[in-house]
Amino acid sequence: MINHKVIETNATLMLVLSLVVVSIGGIIEIAPLFYLENTIEKVEGMRPYTPLELVGRNIYIREGCYTCHSQMIRPFRDEVERYGHYSLAAESMYDHPFKWGSKRTGPDLARVGGRYSDEWHVQHMIAPRSLVPESIMPGYPFLARTEIREDDIALHLKANKTVGVPYTADMIKNAVSDLKAQANPDADGGEALQKRYPKTQIRDFDGNPKKITEMDALLAYLQMLRTLVDFSAYKAEDNLR
Amino acid sequence: MAAAAPMILYGLAGLAALFAAAKAHDELFAIHAWLVVLICIIAIFATARALKFGPEADDRPKEKYLDGVVRAGVVATVFWGLTGFLVGVVIAFQLSFPELNFDLPYTNFGRLRPLHTSAVIFAFGGNALICTSFYVVQRTTGARLALGNTAWFVFWGYQIFIVLAATGYLLGVTQSREYAEPEWYVDLWLTVVWVAYLAVFLGTLFNRKEPHIYVANWFYLSFIVTVAMLHIVNNLSMPVSFLGSKSYSLFSGVQDALTQWWYGHNAVGFFLTAGFLGIMYYFVPKQANRPVYSYRLSIVHFWSLIFLYIWAGPHHLHYTALPDWAQTLGMVFSIMLWMPSWGGMINGLMTLSGAWDKLRTDPIIRMMVLSLAFYGMSTFEGPVMSIKAVNSLSHYTDWTIGHVHSGTLGWVGMITFSALYFLVPRLWKQDGLYSLRLINWHFWLATLGIVLYTASMWVSGITQGLMWRAYDSLGFLEYSFAEAVAATHPMNVIRALGGVLFLLGALIMTYNLWRSARGDKRSERPMGAAMPATV
Repeated sequence: MINHKVIETNATLMLVLSLVVVSIGGIIEIAPLFYLENTIEKVEGMRPYTPLELVGRNIYIREGCYTCHSQMIRPFRDEVERYGHYSLAAESMYDHPFKWGSKRTGPDLARVGGRYSDEWHVQHMIAPRSLVPESIMPGYPFLARTEIREDDIALHLKANKTVGVPYTADMIKNAVSDLKAQANPDADGGEALQKRYPKTQIRDFDGNPKKITEMDALLAYLQMLRTLVDFSAYKAEDNLR
Repeated sequence: MAAAAPMILYGLAGLAALFAAAKAHDELFAIHAWLVVLICIIAIFATARALKFGPEADDRPKEKYLDGVVRAGVVATVFWGLTGFLVGVVIAFQLSFPELNFDLPYTNFGRLRPLHTSAVIFAFGGNALICTSFYVVQRTTGARLALGNTAWFVFWGYQIFIVLAATGYLLGVTQSREYAEPEWYVDLWLTVVWVAYLAVFLGTLFNRKEPHIYVANWFYLSFIVTVAMLHIVNNLSMPVSFLGSKSYSLFSGVQDALTQWWYGHNAVGFFLTAGFLGIMYYFVPKQANRPVYSYRLSIVHFWSLIFLYIWAGPHHLHYTALPDWAQTLGMVFSIMLWMPSWGGMINGLMTLSGAWDKLRTDPIIRMMVLSLAFYGMSTFEGPVMSIKAVNSLSHYTDWTIGHVHSGTLGWVGMITFSALYFLVPRLWKQDGLYSLRLINWHFWLATLGIVLYTASMWVSGITQGLMWRAYDSLGFLEYSFAEAVAATHPMNVIRALGGVLFLLGALIMTYNLWRSARGDKRSERPMGAAMPATV
């Protein structure tokens, strides 16, 4: 260990060597994920979030739902039977940031879309224990009272586009009308919205047609989870990694 | 008029913040801008009050070392520690009694949980690391902190970071990246502060009077530089507006997940391990009055620890959509990590060779030994949990929470407390602590609290893991998710009580340190003395 004297008597050398040593692992593990083609499976049906779903997702983030709910089903018999098909990397390819979670204080939500009715969700958000007596989830009654902000949604789409989500100019231009159209089945923009974002669920989610609330947005997000990828067209053996 | 320059700077910063508040894209950003305006006004008044006129201004004899900032750091460490523990106790009770969420946005678990983790890791742990590193680097180099008052900028800049981050969580400003929740503008501010921290630390090393750099400083240095790298890469993002509080991360999905857990695991590895090993390597030998056990072991375990830790991130993503090769790499390196971790534990414990009798009389040594024991236990448990077969059960459950807390409460908490007990009499120039018996009380309350915490979380975690995968004789899932929630209620209550004990210990420490700083002495029977005979 005589040689170590060289390092421990030179602060700059120590700094540089430390930095080199701690860089290696990250480079080898993370960098290939960006260029290995089989990192993300080939699937049919993925599209960017609609404006309302994106607003809902931001509420999911703001309220820290991810601290108790995962969105990553592991390929085990019990998980697949409890929650549905195991999660694919492709399903979160437009997620900035990812929301896989790390803890299941509550159940996984990756395939919660369509599993419960809107009315169930609204009631569950307002008073969770009125539906699930054992639940320890906080109540979120304020979501139904709070209106969403509509005017800056195009900026959110643009920021997503900058980091790689394929929002088109058309989508960005019509962001505000798309946002309003999704929560109002009687509005005119529904067809155009459906064309831009296939499989969009258009309805008044929270049962209050007078305003678009945070409850509308959050439900639009929760109810679309799992609904995009066409698993009948997905071949697992073609995507072995 | 040396004070004029900073006052002008605060004024300009305040004006810029005022402008940002007026033009803010959203009200949360505006609130933060107003907060900065307020901070600038306070800074101007504080500077003005401290102005000295006449010749006395610069004639005061300079202390050899810049210790004021270390004293401030000790106070901040204790303050944020109590805050973080208290929020932890609150959210533990929320998990037992959900009515305590009060159905409000600002008090729900989802917003308070990041407040707890950030308060204990970055506010309590960060202040402990910054102030001890400033103390240690001066003592082991014989040089005063470099770059004049930059150390004070690091201290106050870091507190501002904490306040912005914490208020942000409560208001709903979050990136939702675990342990990296602060939004882009708070991240940028932390980057500035951190670079200043690196400059002060490195500058002091450059000015050293000793040819060799002491081992504690290797750990501090690698902690500072690695955290800088992790922080910058993991927080790359695109703001919606440059005067707004929301941003979208640069990476998405699987790449984002691994970047985050590369960061997340090394927040543990470098913030909570390498940095605190720096504390261990100075304070354990000093308190025991013995040299470090093995110089060779320090070298081997230092380099292998920092090399291996970085690889361990993927074990947070076992069986997820992360490619298998990356998961396996993460598992293999996590298991290898056991060795350098125990190298550190052995080097710390064996430093006490020939001083083991002090366990009887010195409760600070007792705390250090317990801390190293918890370090050893949690760095053994970690590799076990990183094995994919074990992880398939433990992941997503309370077992992980218990594991983290045996490391943080046991290792990080105890080594910090013992360093604080070491520092306070020296920094406030008193000839000893107020009471050793109270340290003993702190020791036992904290130990009991940790035991309740980890044991209940083991039971709870394994219960969850087994109930989720249980099948009945007909081949159906045996339990609903809600049944597992109900089954773990008693363990949640026990965990909360463990947290209360730990908090109680910290309160006793605060009282003890405060009386010590004032120079008081409690009249008490000395530690380890024979019991008076009862005839």
